[in-house]
Amino acid sequence: MKLLIKGGRLVDPAAGIDRVMDILVENGKVKDVAAAIKKTGNCPVLDAKGLVVAPGFIDMHVHLREPGQENKESIASGAQAAVHGGFTSVACMANTEPVNDNRSVTEYIIARARQVGLVNIFPVAAVSRGLQGENLVEMADLVEGGAVAFSDDGCCVMKADLIRKALEYARMLDVPIIEHPEDHSISAEGQVNEGFISYKYGLRGILKAAEEVIVARDLILQERIRSRLHLTHISTAGSVGLIRNARRAKTPVSCDVTPHHLLLNEERVQNYDPVYKVKPPLRTEADRLELIRGLQDGTIDCIASDHAPHTRDDKDKEFEYAPFGVIGMETSFPVIHDRLVRAKLLTLNRLVELFSTHPARVLGLKDRGRIKPGLPADLTLLDLKKRFKIEEADLRSKANNCPFLGWEGHGAIAHTVVSGNIVYSYKNR
Amino acid sequence: MKERTFRQDHLLGIEHLSVDDIETILETAEAFIEVSSREVKKVPALKGKTVVNLFFENSTRTRSSFEIAAKRLSADLINFNSSVSSLKKGETLKDTVLTLEAMNPHIIVIRHSASGSPHYLTTFARSSIVNAGDGFHEHPTQALLDALTIQQRLRTLRGLKIAIVGDILHSRVALSNILLHQKLGNEIALIGPPSLVPAEFAKLGATVYYDIRRGVRNADVVMMLRVQAERGARNYFPSIREYRNLFAIDRKIFSLASRRAILMHPGPINRDVEIETSMADSDESVILQQVTNGIAVRMAVLYLLKGEIHETLN
Repeated sequence: MKLLIKGGRLVDPAAGIDRVMDILVENGKVKDVAAAIKKTGNCPVLDAKGLVVAPGFIDMHVHLREPGQENKESIASGAQAAVHGGFTSVACMANTEPVNDNRSVTEYIIARARQVGLVNIFPVAAVSRGLQGENLVEMADLVEGGAVAFSDDGCCVMKADLIRKALEYARMLDVPIIEHPEDHSISAEGQVNEGFISYKYGLRGILKAAEEVIVARDLILQERIRSRLHLTHISTAGSVGLIRNARRAKTPVSCDVTPHHLLLNEERVQNYDPVYKVKPPLRTEADRLELIRGLQDGTIDCIASDHAPHTRDDKDKEFEYAPFGVIGMETSFPVIHDRLVRAKLLTLNRLVELFSTHPARVLGLKDRGRIKPGLPADLTLLDLKKRFKIEEADLRSKANNCPFLGWEGHGAIAHTVVSGNIVYSYKNR
Repeated sequence: MKERTFRQDHLLGIEHLSVDDIETILETAEAFIEVSSREVKKVPALKGKTVVNLFFENSTRTRSSFEIAAKRLSADLINFNSSVSSLKKGETLKDTVLTLEAMNPHIIVIRHSASGSPHYLTTFARSSIVNAGDGFHEHPTQALLDALTIQQRLRTLRGLKIAIVGDILHSRVALSNILLHQKLGNEIALIGPPSLVPAEFAKLGATVYYDIRRGVRNADVVMMLRVQAERGARNYFPSIREYRNLFAIDRKIFSLASRRAILMHPGPINRDVEIETSMADSDESVILQQVTNGIAVRMAVLYLLKGEIHETLN
C-alpha cells in the first residue's frame, strides 16, 4: 500500500522544516520526503496543494469513558472524534470503571483500540490503586502491558509521600507521572474560581492556591528526584510562574494547558450554564493572558483538550449538581488556530510543536511527532483558509458539552492520516 | 402613585432590577399593606391565576409568607414540598418543573439550595419564576421587604449607612441587600471575620470591617445575620462562644449606631448568639415588622408579574 502526498507545505518543527515537500508513504511508514517525488505506477495521490502537512497531532489528555461509562463516550466514538479533530494519537486517562490500575484493563483498552482502528490510543494508567491515593499500582507490569504514563487525573495525588515514591519509582521505568494539581482540602466542594465572581453569584469557590500549592510541592520534590513530571491542565498565572522559575533552575518538568483555559474566563459562569463548569475552573482574564504568555515563551509545552464527555442529562441540571468537564478534541485546532495563530499570538510552527512535537516527547513516543523516513506515517493536513461554524450536528463525540458551539472556526482539519491510511477527510465546499 | 413600568418576566434577583423597578415594587407593596389591615383581607387581583410554591429547603416563614400573599390576591396556590415530592425518587428538577407546568400554573416560586436554580428554570419553563432564595446567591423579596421596613421607619431610603453583620459569604439575604443598597447609593458596611467576609466584597461598593464597633458606628440600619453552627464545624470560626464575643449585637454596641438606628434580622433569630435577647425585643428592633411587610412585598411581586395591570400594559 502506497500513498503519495503531493504539494503540501510541510511544517515539522522537530526537523526544522517549513517548505513545500512531497511525502511518499509505503506500508504505513514514511518512505521518502523530498521536494518533488514522481508518481509511479498506480500509486494513489493525495493532493495537498494549499494545505499544511504536519506531523500527526497528539492529544495527551482525553477521557474515552470505556470501560464502564459507554453512555458518555466509547473508544469507538472517541476515536471518531479524535480523527475529526486531526488527532492521530490520544492518551486516555485512567478514571474508567473499573479504574485502569492493572494490566488487564490496560490490555482491554489496547485490544478495543485495535478493533476500532482509526487512531493510536495510548493508555495512561493510574498512579494509585483505585485512584485512592494510598498504594502504588504495579507500574512495571502496566508499562509492559502498554501504559505510557501514570496519572490519577480527576484526583490529585494528595499524599506528598506517595507522589514522591511514584516519581522515584517511575524514574527506573523512564515514564512520566502526570499530576492533576489540586489540593482537595482547599478546593473541597468548590464549583468555580474563587473570587469576586464566585461571591457575587453565590457559588462555592476554588482558590487558585488549590492548584499552586500542589504545583509548588511537586516541583520541590522534583528538584531532587529529577524524574519525568508533567503537570496537566494548569490554569493560573501563579502556576505558570512557578513552572517558569523551575525550568530556569533546570528542574525537569513539563506541562499542558487546555483550549478552554486559553480562550475562556470565569465570567462565563454568570448565567449558571453548566457547560462552563470545568476542573480546574475557568480563571480570571489575567490568568488567561498569562497562560498565553506561557505558550509564547516556552514555559508550557503542550495543548491538550481534557476531553471530558458527559451525557446531555448529566449536564442539564442545577449548576451545582452538574459534573465537571467539557469535550474538546474536535474543536481544539480550529479555535486555537483562529484565536491564537490568526491573532498572531502564536506561530503555526509553535502550534505544531504544542499539538505534536512536544506531546510525543513528553509521552516518550519516540517514533511520533515528526515526519521522517522509517517512522509511522501519522500526518495531520490543515486547510488554514477554511472557515466554518462549529455545530453540534458535526460532532462525532457522543457528548455535546462543548463550550465552543456556535464559534467560528477558521482553519480546518482537511485530512487525518494514521499509519498511511486516510481516516478522515473534510468535505471541502 | 406614578405609572407603573414594571416589565420583568421573572424576579430572579435584585441584580436584574432597576431603581425604578425597586421603587415600583415598594410603592405597590405600600398599597397592599392596607389590604392586610382590612377585616376581609382579600382582593381579586390574581383571581383565576395559579401560583406554585416549589420549596426544596425547609422554610416555614418564607413559604407561608408567599402562601398568604397569593391567597390575599385570590390566586390558587399549591405547595410542593421536597419532603413529599418525587425528588426522593430521583426525579430531576427539570422533570419536576415540566410536570408541574403541564398543569398550567402562572407563577412558580422556588426555594432551592443550589445557586442559580431559578435562572436554570427560566431556560425551559413558561411560567414566571420568583426566586425565594437560591443557595448562597440571592433572596430578592427579603431585601425588598427590608427596604420597605427601612422606608417606613426612617422615612427615606437614601443617604443611609447600612451595616450588615455576620456570615456575608454564605448569605443570600446579605447579597440581595448589598445589591439593593448599592443601586440606591447607600453606604454599606460589612462586618464579620475575614473567613466569612472576603475583601472582594469591596468591589460591590461596600466597606469591610472586622471590628463590629467600627462598622456599626453611625449606622442607620444594623442588620444581623443568623449564625449557622455548621460554619463553626467547618472552621470558619473557632466556636459559637468566640463568635458571640466578637460579633453579637448588644445594647452597648448598638448605642454606637446613629440615634434613629433600627435593628433588623431576617430570622429565624438565635437569641443570645448573634443578638442579645433583650435587643431582639427592644423598641429599635423591627424584626416582626419585617415579617408583616414580607406579605405586602410578595403580594406586590406576584401582582406586578401576573396581575391585571400587567396584562393591560402588554
